[in-house]
Amino acid sequence: MATKGGVFRKPNPWTTAIVAVIVAVFFSFPYVVMVISSLKTRAEITQQPPDYLPTSPQWVNYLDVWGYQAVDPGQALLSSIVVALGATLLVLLVATPASYYVARYRFPGRMAFLLLVLITQMLQPTVLAIGLYVEFVQWKGYLVWLALILINAAFNLSFAVWIMQSFFASVPKEIDEAAMLDGLGRLQTMFKVSLPLVWPGIVTAIIFVFVNTWNEYAAAFVLRNDKLQTLPVAIPSFLGQYVKEWHFMFATAVVAMIPVIILFSMIEKRLIGGLTAGAVK
Amino acid sequence: MSLPVAPGRARSRRRKEALAALPWLAPTLLLIAGVVIYPAYLMFWTAFQKYNSYGILQGPAGWSNFFGKGGAFTFPTVPWTSVWTNTVIWVVVVVIMTLALSLLLAQFLSKDFPGRKALRLLVLLPWACSVVLTTTVFRYGLQGDVGIFNRFLVDTGILNVPYGFTKDPTAAFWVAVFVAIYVSLPFTTYTILAGLQSVPNDILEAAHVDGANAVQRYWQVVFPMLRPAIAAATLINIINVFNSLPILTILNDNGGYHTGHTTTTLIFQFKAQLGPGVASALSIANFLFCLVVVAFYFWIVKPTKEVQ
Repeated sequence: MATKGGVFRKPNPWTTAIVAVIVAVFFSFPYVVMVISSLKTRAEITQQPPDYLPTSPQWVNYLDVWGYQAVDPGQALLSSIVVALGATLLVLLVATPASYYVARYRFPGRMAFLLLVLITQMLQPTVLAIGLYVEFVQWKGYLVWLALILINAAFNLSFAVWIMQSFFASVPKEIDEAAMLDGLGRLQTMFKVSLPLVWPGIVTAIIFVFVNTWNEYAAAFVLRNDKLQTLPVAIPSFLGQYVKEWHFMFATAVVAMIPVIILFSMIEKRLIGGLTAGAVK
Repeated sequence: MSLPVAPGRARSRRRKEALAALPWLAPTLLLIAGVVIYPAYLMFWTAFQKYNSYGILQGPAGWSNFFGKGGAFTFPTVPWTSVWTNTVIWVVVVVIMTLALSLLLAQFLSKDFPGRKALRLLVLLPWACSVVLTTTVFRYGLQGDVGIFNRFLVDTGILNVPYGFTKDPTAAFWVAVFVAIYVSLPFTTYTILAGLQSVPNDILEAAHVDGANAVQRYWQVVFPMLRPAIAAATLINIINVFNSLPILTILNDNGGYHTGHTTTTLIFQFKAQLGPGVASALSIANFLFCLVVVAFYFWIVKPTKEVQ
């Protein structure tokens, strides 16, 4: 372990502690500022120069923000939830059979398929945003939700296929073969035998797609309409030309931030394998 | 050993195998065809169509969206020198600084110390929180009047008076460079951490026994083994940074064709002011650049070798 042989010499605990504190502060200060700012009154947040802390934390901001007329954060929250859940579900439905088959069978066109999947992983909605706009501009009203579900599912599909196929591939083929000898069809084998074994891979894919969709900006921006916007598009619009509701904006931001932080930290360990498509082990 | 099969029969068997795979792959293929490939085609088509100021289609436009009177590359008042310089600086500085800082950070986070797990989770924050949320904090903090970071910079004596960073396109651009590095660090650090874990301990011990000091061990043993991780992270970062929209637009309080644009933010400015035709023309240039980077990714990282 750490003390053996001199190579893995224990680092100086004081230096380590100081560096650790610097790193911790560096990576959390914007979010701490966000929370503190969401607890200020309107007068405090627009004061010049500003004070660092509110005189008393205004938890009531977290209630009042929902009644704010100009932006409607409730609608934005609902839009984000619908789009993120929809895209996640769609990815799961579409990616599961593909990743299972690719992991289990060799067939002509398999490499071409994986290549296509990897290319879409490298592309992003931003570079195709104008094309997506032209494709979906006629989808009015709640159809915007469907458009965003399709877009986010398509661009996150590749990560899901990739990580799930690597999990399926790690389950010994013999288990499947035994099940099929016992008379189960391919589809039944996948659902009853393989799926329960690759659960961690599926959870990783689900959470990753959810968080990515929750945070997606470019497509949601070009397809927004006055009534329906996701949180990343709605949040900056708390800042009008003349009225800037910083405290309400940050209260909404904190609400938008907490669920994804929890979800993301759950899959922390498995993020890498899928993202770099197996280049790093 | 398989027996030699007649070519005709082999071909029909291969076709049968491909057909058996189709139902399993069809939903994925449909989604990619409909929402990735089709919009790419639409974008190329749109680039050669004329739109009026209400965004209504007027018919074929030839190359006028590219080089016409109001074309993407010839539109007056666009400060093209700044746009090209910004785009190059944006990608090069952000990607290189991110890599340098991530190498240091990953080295530190791979050490064994109490609280390491919690610290690794904190490093993940800018990745989990949307870029939009992170950027709005910097936009607020750096306001000339109400900005809390400005207050801090004045209190610590770094600035004499608060500065309106977001009002000045050049200052806003450099703040955006900082924020872009900031939000790219978690992914890059985690990729390099994964690479560090693949360096076997006994090789490091052998190098130590052979008399290599810490610096030599890093540059001659660890760093070469990190190359695949660095290549993958760098190429993915180039695409992400190049396509980054919200950081630059949210941090810039100026409108119009100011000197803080990159080609990506300019596309959305064109779309708002000149319509989808001109915006598509510029998008195609961006799209082709991304395809080149993707080609490099496949050439250098060879991601498909894992699944032979």
